[in-house]
Amino acid sequence: MEHSRQLGYMKRSLFDQGYLDEQFYQLEELQDEASPNFVEEVVALFFKDSLRLMSNIDQALEKHPRDFHRLDSLMHQLKGSVSSIGALRMKNECTLFKEHCDEQNIEGCQRSFQKVKREHAALRQKLETYFQLLRQAGPAEKATRSGV
Amino acid sequence: MAIAATEQELHVLAVDDSSVDLAVIAKLLRRSKYRVTTVNSPRRALDLLGLDPNVHMIITDYWMPEMTGYELLKRVKESSELKEIPVVIMSSENVPSRINMCLKEGANDFLIKPVQPSDVSKLRSRVMRR
Repeated sequence: MEHSRQLGYMKRSLFDQGYLDEQFYQLEELQDEASPNFVEEVVALFFKDSLRLMSNIDQALEKHPRDFHRLDSLMHQLKGSVSSIGALRMKNECTLFKEHCDEQNIEGCQRSFQKVKREHAALRQKLETYFQLLRQAGPAEKATRSGV
Repeated sequence: MAIAATEQELHVLAVDDSSVDLAVIAKLLRRSKYRVTTVNSPRRALDLLGLDPNVHMIITDYWMPEMTGYELLKRVKESSELKEIPVVIMSSENVPSRINMCLKEGANDFLIKPVQPSDVSKLRSRVMRR
């Protein structure tokens, strides 16, 4: 009982604080008997991909001469996955990064990327807690609908 | 018979270099009762089509490192074995000139990511014509 209340509260706050948007609900809607862990699996794929892309971006930011085309391309890929899981705050930071990239403003990119990384870390922590709660709440909670 | 045709399991080839997007599109398609094969590059898609052209639809991301979805579309339409296969392109960017270019080259539909369940349910009637 307590777990499902905590879960409901946590989920609402993730949305209220803008960490997640509608697209996350869409992922939950896709979870079913055939794929009972769909959301967690997709999120795991996201963190695997995003860590790799972010590491590549880190390297590209250090490189001379600056390759804004590559930076933009890497961020485009990252932003794509970010959108697909509904990570709203992170997506907004990615957009800002792309703007700095378009302006060929390297300091802007570097500042922006720090924010992207912070949002990524915050999201990861929150989702880990969320999935832990979900597991503790038991199988009845697995197919949670957006209204809970 | 008409009934048998609609119940035939249709095979879709999904192409996307993002593992996240590939997982999502595959699930959306399977929910709509398609049999789905996933590949993460146009090269793999062409290899697979070369071995087994028994694919009823190709759904591909536009922006991929080695070859774009547009280039894959062109290859498919240039091939006598493959040109009848409907091709749907997906992109996170809504660029009208890009969309027109793909439609002109023979793409059957162009979807903006993130793809929604309603986009996929429209595919059967619009694209498959079965």
